[in-house]
Amino acid sequence: MKATLKVWRGNDAKAGQLETYEVPFEPGQSVLDGLRWIRANRDPSLAIRFSCINANACKECMMELDGETVYACTARLEPREMTVKPLHNKKLVRDLVTEIAPPAERFKP
Amino acid sequence: MHVDTDVLIIGSGGAGMYAAIEAARAGAAVFLADRSLIGRGGATVMAQMTVAVALGEETPDHWSHHLADTIQAGRGLTDERLARLLCEEGPECIREMDTWGVGWARRDGHITQAMAPGHDRPRCAYVDFLNTGPAVSKTLRTVVNRTSGIRKAGDLLIVDLVRHDGEVTGAVALHLSTGAPVTIAAKATIVAAGGLTRLYRRNSASANMGGDGYALALRAGAPLIDMEFVQFFPIGHLAPRLIGMDPIMWDPFRYKLGGRLLNAEREEFTERYGTREDGKYVITRDLATYAIIKEVEAGRGSPHGGAYLSFEHCSADALRAAFGPVIDRLAANNIDLTKMPVEVAPIAHYHMGGVVADPRMETEVPGLLVAGEAVGGANGANRLSGNAITEALAFGRRAGHSAAERARSGRHGFRPADARDAVALVAADGGPDLNTAAMIQTLQATMADDVGPFRTADKLARALATIDELAAALGARPAGDARAFDMRRIDWLDLRNGLMVARIVAEAALRRTESRGAHQREDFPGMLAEWHVNQRARLRDGRIALDSLPVAAAVAAQ
Repeated sequence: MKATLKVWRGNDAKAGQLETYEVPFEPGQSVLDGLRWIRANRDPSLAIRFSCINANACKECMMELDGETVYACTARLEPREMTVKPLHNKKLVRDLVTEIAPPAERFKP
Repeated sequence: MHVDTDVLIIGSGGAGMYAAIEAARAGAAVFLADRSLIGRGGATVMAQMTVAVALGEETPDHWSHHLADTIQAGRGLTDERLARLLCEEGPECIREMDTWGVGWARRDGHITQAMAPGHDRPRCAYVDFLNTGPAVSKTLRTVVNRTSGIRKAGDLLIVDLVRHDGEVTGAVALHLSTGAPVTIAAKATIVAAGGLTRLYRRNSASANMGGDGYALALRAGAPLIDMEFVQFFPIGHLAPRLIGMDPIMWDPFRYKLGGRLLNAEREEFTERYGTREDGKYVITRDLATYAIIKEVEAGRGSPHGGAYLSFEHCSADALRAAFGPVIDRLAANNIDLTKMPVEVAPIAHYHMGGVVADPRMETEVPGLLVAGEAVGGANGANRLSGNAITEALAFGRRAGHSAAERARSGRHGFRPADARDAVALVAADGGPDLNTAAMIQTLQATMADDVGPFRTADKLARALATIDELAAALGARPAGDARAFDMRRIDWLDLRNGLMVARIVAEAALRRTESRGAHQREDFPGMLAEWHVNQRARLRDGRIALDSLPVAAAVAAQ
């Protein structure tokens, strides 16, 4: 079985595009598992952010899945077409990475 | 971009945050840098278990008893000065955390202390439910936020320390959200970047613990010790696939409810390897790891290659009383513990080795301090359960104090010329197009398969050959570009550190021709008196040099 992930790519919020990846699917996997598979097997330049991988402790992997805000580590991958985009209300950094840190915790020169 | 500070702290886990608080309280200007979010990455936030500390709340206790247990667990290699610091100052840190409202579980008006394997009495405090690490992190984040003098900088990946006349004078960083280099001038620098468990395929730590703290210190001239001792946590979650929970979650279940470890034939098997459990949790980590791996090798493993852990004898009420909301999270993953066992297997969990430090947390290199898991020696060849958070807090506090003292009397020695090479590395454009994500997976597979808990000369030689191939493929020119969040660039910098550290683990494991604690050589079973030494690694002319030295003399001998 396969999951089809349509992933928003780009470094300008106004000029990105969706790229489509077929990802091997195993029941129980997370969307983050699918994105990590894409990085290792299709395109290592896909930008995603996470620290804890699976524990929902780091809270870094927030993104929009089919229009809803989710943590990619707790959202389940499904054997269908799924669309992932960066958070629309945060400043875009690249691909699925947005500026999510509280302002006081960001580096300012 | 450039920053001036008194104290630079690299890493904002438990050790880094406590160091920041202590240094700021002592009057220093602190710059707290983390490659991820502040107080969200690293190992502390992931810890679901307990904090070992001689509070004497449950039964009378004294730090000297905790020290005796810590030394016993370390199989002869413990640096007793560091272990004493952990055990003696741990209680003060835990009580201070209590005044900050961390919420240690209480019963009958006192802090609850649980029994854990390797401890001679109930000593392990915790926060319900599976919330110890998150509560510790949240509390420290709150105190960091209200302490004046701490400047926080997330998304800042430290690439190299900067030296002048043999002294660490600051660092060069990659600002991830812009891709720009940043220089930092500091009178004292604390590496609190954690351990190396990310180098293994299955691990219980964050993806940002890939040995970078060790590599930073090593390149700055500081030696490492005990790098062959990687602790595996025996009952990491294996199957069914469980999302939104950390794989070490079963330890608290065992503390509270016992549980039964079973093979494919649904028989308890630890007795075959010398420890009979009878539904209680008594087996030590090294022995449980051995027993599970041997059962799997004998063809008696569970379907995914581990052992079953069963709580089927527990009632639904007992489970809910002990773990409340966690039971609902398990249900969301279709797991009902009253009806089914789960599968567990050893998972890379902690690193005993690290940077050589004295009890002030100062390294051999002036201006460079360490804290937390980055420190080597306090836990010898095997860490006692519950010592990691205690160590993070006690060592962090001490490092913060020492760094502030140094900053008070010191001057900035930072010269831009000393930072030139590292800045060039960060700013390089048009690097080779490597599949860095696949290279990291290859390294993780190699370490898991050939530098795991059970080692042979053949496996270690194979691992070193793979590490050589990966290093050759990595080259000296960073992959990717100097732009915002280029993952190939981040992976390349991680591999530059991780391959060096992985090589040291494998070389030290190959050189130690005996079995001790977490280092088990199938071709050299048994502990030997001649190996009652620490191994020390240095970088000389870009190559790793290993030697042996008497235990606990690592710094005194200099």
